[in-house]
Formats: sequence, C-alpha cells, structure tokens
Amino acid sequence: MSKIHVSTTINGDAAEFLCDPRETLLDVLRDRLGLTGAKEGCGTGDCGACSVTLDGRLVCSCLVLGAEAEGREIATVEGIAPGETLHPLQRKFIEHAALQCGICTPGILVAAKALLEKNPDPTETEVRYWLAGNLCRCTGYDKIIRAVMDAAAEMREVA
Amino acid sequence: MVEVHLWSGLRAQAGGREVVEVEASTVGEVLSGLVAAHPELQEVIDAGVSVAVDGRIIASGLTEPVSEDSEVYLMQRLKGG
Amino acid sequence: MALDEYKPQKGGDQLEQGHAFKYVGTRPDRPDGTDKVTGRARFGADITAPGMLHGAILRSPHAHARIVNIDTSKAEALDGVKAVVTRADFSAAIQPAPGMAGEMWNVLENVMAGDTALYDGHAIAAVAATSALTARDALKLIKVTYEVLPHVTDVDAAMAADAPVIRDGTADKSVPPGLHPNVVRYHQSGHGDVEAGFAEADLVIEDSFTTEATHQGYIEPHACLGTLGGDGKGELWCCTQGHWNVQKICAALLDMETSQLRVTASEIGGGFGGKTTVFIEPVALALSRKANRPVKLVMSRSEVFRATGPTASTSMDIKIGMRKDGTITAAQGVFRAQGGAFPGAPMEFTAMCAFAPYNLANVHQVGYDVMTNRPKQAAYRAPGSPMAAFAVESVIDELCNQLGLDPLEVRLKNASREGTRASYGPKFQRIGLVETIEAAMAHPHYSAPLAPGQGRGISCGFWFNHGGETSVTLALSEDGSAQIMVGTPDIGGSRASMALMAAEVLGIPYENIRVTVADTASLGYNEVSHGSRVTYASGLATIKAAEAAVRELCKRAAAKWGIEEEAVYWEDGYAKPSGPNAGDFEPLHISKITRSMGATGGPINGHFEATPEGAGVSFATHIVDAEVDPETGSTKVVRYTVVQDAGKAIHPTYVEGQFQGGAAQGIGWALNEEYIYGTDGRLQNAGFLDYRIPVASDLPMIDTVIVEVPNPGHPYGVRGVGETSICPPLAAIANAVSAAAGVRMRNLPMSPPRIFEALEAKNG
Repeated sequence: MSKIHVSTTINGDAAEFLCDPRETLLDVLRDRLGLTGAKEGCGTGDCGACSVTLDGRLVCSCLVLGAEAEGREIATVEGIAPGETLHPLQRKFIEHAALQCGICTPGILVAAKALLEKNPDPTETEVRYWLAGNLCRCTGYDKIIRAVMDAAAEMREVA
Repeated sequence: MVEVHLWSGLRAQAGGREVVEVEASTVGEVLSGLVAAHPELQEVIDAGVSVAVDGRIIASGLTEPVSEDSEVYLMQRLKGG
Repeated sequence: MALDEYKPQKGGDQLEQGHAFKYVGTRPDRPDGTDKVTGRARFGADITAPGMLHGAILRSPHAHARIVNIDTSKAEALDGVKAVVTRADFSAAIQPAPGMAGEMWNVLENVMAGDTALYDGHAIAAVAATSALTARDALKLIKVTYEVLPHVTDVDAAMAADAPVIRDGTADKSVPPGLHPNVVRYHQSGHGDVEAGFAEADLVIEDSFTTEATHQGYIEPHACLGTLGGDGKGELWCCTQGHWNVQKICAALLDMETSQLRVTASEIGGGFGGKTTVFIEPVALALSRKANRPVKLVMSRSEVFRATGPTASTSMDIKIGMRKDGTITAAQGVFRAQGGAFPGAPMEFTAMCAFAPYNLANVHQVGYDVMTNRPKQAAYRAPGSPMAAFAVESVIDELCNQLGLDPLEVRLKNASREGTRASYGPKFQRIGLVETIEAAMAHPHYSAPLAPGQGRGISCGFWFNHGGETSVTLALSEDGSAQIMVGTPDIGGSRASMALMAAEVLGIPYENIRVTVADTASLGYNEVSHGSRVTYASGLATIKAAEAAVRELCKRAAAKWGIEEEAVYWEDGYAKPSGPNAGDFEPLHISKITRSMGATGGPINGHFEATPEGAGVSFATHIVDAEVDPETGSTKVVRYTVVQDAGKAIHPTYVEGQFQGGAAQGIGWALNEEYIYGTDGRLQNAGFLDYRIPVASDLPMIDTVIVEVPNPGHPYGVRGVGETSICPPLAAIANAVSAAAGVRMRNLPMSPPRIFEALEAKNG
C-alpha cells in the first residue's frame, strides 16, 4: 500500500510527512514527527492521553487518521509553553503537585487549555465534567482540579 | 536455645509442633536450625520466609542477631506492590 | 485531641535530638516537573533506535487449549518480517517446581506458552518487522492448531471436585491432602481458642464475601526497546518498577550472563505493583537476538488487560464475635484467592492483614491459593490486604449496627497498639493506628450531618511495608552541588524526597541536588520499587551516603586546619570547629572544600548499600459519605477523608498524593471495576470503556490528614505510605453504601446492577 503525503501545521510550524493510510494522527505525531508528548493509553478514545486540538477542537488523536491532518492546524502539549517560560496551567500543575507519574499530564493540559479558552471561569463541576475524558490513575484528580481552577483564576486576573 | 514460633499451617511439617527450639545467634542460624530439626521445613523456607525478632520484622536478612530471650516468629515472605 | 497536636514521640535519631528539620517537611517543586508538563519526559514507548524493528505478539483466543502446532512459515515469508520467535527461542534449562519454588519457570511459561495456552491472551508467538503495521499483519499469517480444553475462571469453581485441572503437580507441601490439584498453596495462622471466644460473645456474625479481579489500571501500557547481539551483550529500555529484577529475569530466560545486560528504567506511567515483573521484555530481546536489530515492543490496552497481572479475585468467609460493650472476643477468616494459571495469589497477606488492626486473644485465619484459566496475577498496592479489610470491616460494621455501637469507638476499643500480639504472630512495635482513629473521630467529617439517602462508612486498614536491597551513591561536584544515583524508579515523586533528605544532611539547598535513577550498569543492586519502600529504604541509604560524604568533607577541613577529625562538625553546609579548644577557624563552606578536592585526597563521594530491616508497618482510617440512587442503583461518593500514619512526611504534598491516589483506586474497585469473563472463558471488557475506572466527575475532593507516629527504624521516622491508602476504601465504601441503601452489600464491585438487584430483593 503506498503512503500518503500530508502537509499540515503543528504548533504553528509547517510540517510534512508520508504515512500509511491506516496510521492514526497519534502514530504520526509520535513515530514520524518525534512529538512524543501525546501518549497512547488505550488506542480507542477512552483515556484522553493522546488529546490534541485539531483546528482548535479538542480530539483524541488516536481516533483521527494521519491523513486527516492535511491542511489543518494541530496543537500538542509541546506547543503550550510560549517559549522559555511555562504557561500558567503548566506552572500550577507543578506547584499543586497535580501530577505523580505524569503520563496523563500532556493530555490533561491540552484539554484544560481548551476548556479555559472556551470558558475562562469554570466551576469545579464544569472542570470535572470537561476532564472526564482524561483518565488519571495516580492522583484521584483532587490536585488536578485545584491546579486548573487556580490557573484559571490567575489567567482571569491578567486578562 | 531460641524458641521459634511457626504459623499453624506448618505444624504438619514440624512434627505437629507450633513452637520449635533451636540453637541460634542469628536469623540465618534460626532457619538452618529449623531445617536441621525438621527437614520437611526446607521447602517452605526456600519458598521464602520473613522472621520477626521481638516484633521487628526481618524481611530477608540472615545476619540479624537473635538471643535466647528473643521472641521469634516465622512469617511468609513479605512483598509489596 | 486536636488534629495538629501530633508531636513526634521518641524514636528516629534526629527526632530524639530535638532536630528542627530545615528541608524535610517542606513542599518544593519536583525536579522532573518541567519535563512532564512540556511532554519532554521520556516514558517507555518514547524511544527509538537506528534500524529499529517493531514487535508484536500473537495471543491465544482460548481460555485453555493444548497447542498442537504453530506454523510460522507464511509470517516469516512476509516482506518486512525479520524474525519470528516461539517458546523454543527461550531457555530450555529452567524447570518447573511446586509452589513458588518454580517461580522462574512460571514467569517463562507466562511470557511465552509452552505446550498449553492457559488463558485468553496468553502469548503464543511473536514477530519483529520493519513497521508496526507489518508486524500486526504478520501475526494474522501465523497458523496455530489448538485442541480446546475445558476451562475454569471462578475461584470457588476451580476448587470443586469436577473442575478442570490447570496443571498437575503444582501444589506445594503446605497444601493439606484431599484438595483439588488447582489448590497450590495453603496458609494457616492464629492464636488462642476461637470456639471458646465465640462462646463468650453476646453476638456472633458469620458472613461470606467476594471480590472480583481488578487491574492496577496504569495509563501507560508496558513498552520496551531491546537490543541483543550475537556477542551476548544487550541493552534494554523499559518502563518498570524494578530494572535489576528485569535484568535478572531476562538474563535467565535468554541464557545470558546477567552482567552483560544493561537495563535502563524510563520514566514510568504508573505501576502500582503491576510493573514489578516482566511480560514482554524477554520477547523483545529474543526477537532482537534473532533479527540482529533493536526491537521495540509496546502492548496495546487490550493486551494489558488480557495478558499482564491483575490482582486476585477472592471468596471469603468471616466469623466475628463481640460482647455488648464492643469487645471482640474471637475472629476467624477463610480466604480463597485465585491468581490465574500459576501459584501466587497473595492469600497469605489477605490472611495476615485481615485482623491485624485488632488486639485479639482468639484469632484464626486460613488461606487458599487457587489456579484458574486467567492471566498470572501480579502485585497491586498492598497485595491481598484490601480484600481482607472489605470482608472483616463489613462484619465489624454489622456487629456495631446490631449492637448499637459507634464504629470508631469500637475500632478504638479493640485497636492494636505497641506490644499487642498481632493476628499473624509477633508483637507490634510502635504503631499509629490509635492516632489515626482518634484523628478520624475528631475530624469534622465524622460529625457532619448526612442528607437523606446518604450513608457514612468507616474502615481501618493495615499494610506491612518493606525494606529490600538498596544501593545509593552520592557524588559531590567541584562547585559544591551534589548528584545522587538511586536505583528505585520514581513512581510517586521520590526523587524530590531523596533530594530533601540529602539537603537536610549536607545543609545545601534542595535546588543544588540532582537525583537520577541509575541503570543496572551504573549502580549496585536495588530491589524493585514496591512495598512502599522507596522513601524508607532509598531515603535511608541517601541519608547514610550523604553522611559518609560529610565525614569525608570534615576530614578534609580538619586536615586543612591541622586539627583532629573529631574536632570538626558539619552544620548547614559548613565545616566548623567544634569548640574554642579546636581552634578559631572560619566555617568552611562545602564549595571551598570541593573545589580543591582533587588535590586534597581525590573526589568526594558517599555510598551506602544495605538491606534495611526496620521498615515500619502503617495503619489508616478512612471516612466516606455516599449516596445511592434507588432508581438506578448508582452510587455517588459525596465526601472522602483519608487519615493515615506516615511516620514522618518528607514531602507532605506527595504523601497527600499517595493517600488520594490509593483512595481513588479503592473507590473504583469498590464501585465499578471488575474482570468480566464469559462462559467461553474470554475476557469481555478488555478496555477502558467497559473496565470503568473513576473519572474526574465521579469523585469529590479527597481530604487528607497526615498522622506522624515515627518509625524507630528510619533516621527521620519514615514509614511507607504508598500502599496502606488502598486498604480501607473497599470496606469504607461498602459500609457507606450499605447504610445508604439499607442493605448489606457482600460482593464487589457494588455496580449499579448489583445494588439495584439487592434493593429489589430487600423490597420483595
């Protein structure tokens, strides 16, 4: 089966790759583009560890085909930090110890950023339901929710 | 002589006893003393045992000292997750 | 007693001297934080090597079958396939033996089936190919001829006379005569006279309980990259809780010299005990050896569920007698546990932990380890203990209900203390159970009013904690900063705790210390990160290694000043003369000593190796409020409080994290998680959609109270904290749900259909 040529934009940079039609966007990011921030936790869209945004929309990259990236804009965890400094969400995650093993962290950061872009002042319940698609096995979610709420508060102040 | 308490499931391999007396000054000597007195205990000791000396649980060390008045209990080898 | 009145008591050298901790007990940022929030951290699957192939494993679709023939010819012929392996490519020297004596053979048999497929998902063959998709396609070309055999997956059914035999001759000498060959190990312990004790009781309750198998549920599937050359030298990168153990097992399974295999532990995306052994690592190495190229092998989520190590399912009978005043007069438990098609279900820990929180004159426990056609169990956070607590604490709860007694008062009345003879034999040393019960009683949660439809449950829990082989090396740099090499993979933030303990000894800032998890070729032997041992054992070794470096630093200062070594002491990063008689010298900063260390005697390192034996046991008491919807049987956890004895919290935030994580796993185990097998013996729910772990919207904030009753076996009083937190939740939630629903739940998980059925049965 011959490969498909794809031109796309990732974290603001133009990118090109060849992929098998069966490869997912997650496979392509990790295995062809060296962007291993997105993780495969399940391959079936149940755990959210592979979360990225596709034209601003939060998706599981394991449920998107690599070929579907053609002409789209993809944002991954590697693009969250605006250069040398960290994004408030990233800082608050470290401050609140909102990670233990850290495998779910990239997906949760991408998802939380997408939430705060839609809703800068979510309630605890809104945060919990938005993040219900991102599984964490280590933390029990307590410190994650606190970190997101605290980052949201800081971002509202600055805005 | 040191009094060594076995768990009740070992009675069958220790001639019906739950307490066995051995000559020993270390945990290692306790275990070899038990096997010398009751060779059938070799298998369970090879499978892994921990030894509690006066309440202090020795998970695997053989050189820990033991005295005549020590209270010594055999336990199945501890491991975690 | 107010919550903040827990003054450290006698014990722990530093605490005796009235030492005021400067770094220990603070909450700095973890050193791997930036890597993990930017996606830079490299986990098991985040690695590549030039010329790398991709591996894939063919797995049995049958629960029990004789493997008649494996024809790999078409797979080998597929373009891009570079190697195919079966059991013949592994060591022929390893032999089976009864019970746990045959454990190396058990691991080998599990890694790659011999002549029998023992469970749905058992590895049969493997391929390595130039792409992951090609490897997957190649699996479809392997033709296996099976002779399907009858299977059994239930623990009680596997003990029945007519149960299919999994493997004859596996039972060890501990098993009494007359039991089915599937019963492979047996435990019995206790003291006193339980019959006499029951006779003294005013109320005796006897009841039976079951728990289903659950999986540790780590979000990162097993992944590795192995390179093994014809020269017998190998490299392995894998996510693991214990790379020396991986080294030992892989070398044995591949007939290799252990020292010629270097294993590097990646960052690990969760383990909880499930990554303390090997599943795919020997396969990657075998494929690499045959293909003469590196091979990357990553498990899919369904493979993780089908073919790694879930915990045991259990069937338990409990009988407890209590007097009207709440004194427990006798307790008895029978615990049957299945651990898959191999010995190892942790029934002895179930039996030993069951009544450990209680001071009992008459106690007796029996355990059976049973084989079934299920995957080989692996450790899961306090293996065996949560199930025991579920059964025992449910019965104590019933006794309290029926006698009209407060559940925490009854726990307190019967609580084990220092000097109590434990149910498993020896006397307890200093322990903190009473302190956790008292803190729970004093906590506002316990007296908060409940809304209609809500129920409150409490439970105590116990775990042993572990020491284990540990090596640590500390190296000082010329600028006075320090690098520490530990061998225990960081599964909870331990690198931060090591740095805090080293900072305390060296007196230099936490930020000047870098902690690395070294590979097997760079450090002495280390036992697996398990048994809540890391902060205790690697911590103790770090302290000792730092103290060794400090002694050398003082020696250099003494030489520089021309005074005796004993006349120099170390404080806050400086060598100081110990009194006016020693001489009037300005304190010498560490960096002033290290910058010339090459010339004054050589580099200054410290190291420490030991198998420390002073690990302290720990107890917890949990309180939970739950609400049951009678129309759907669905449960909402409304409020949760963890109270646990940590001995000494080195980094309190990470201790809180362990408390919360264990509670969350316990909540999932109690309410929803289970392995569901069909009548065909196949796993029905091998994915996160139907194996339902708690999500963010299921849980409330989880409050934590850290009790500190120091462990005399650690310089700072540390007790392991990682595991005890999963011991109480199953029972605490069962008690809360039983109270909310008005019906005793005896079978976990208490999923909505089960609660609904119980309500229907109750209401007639």
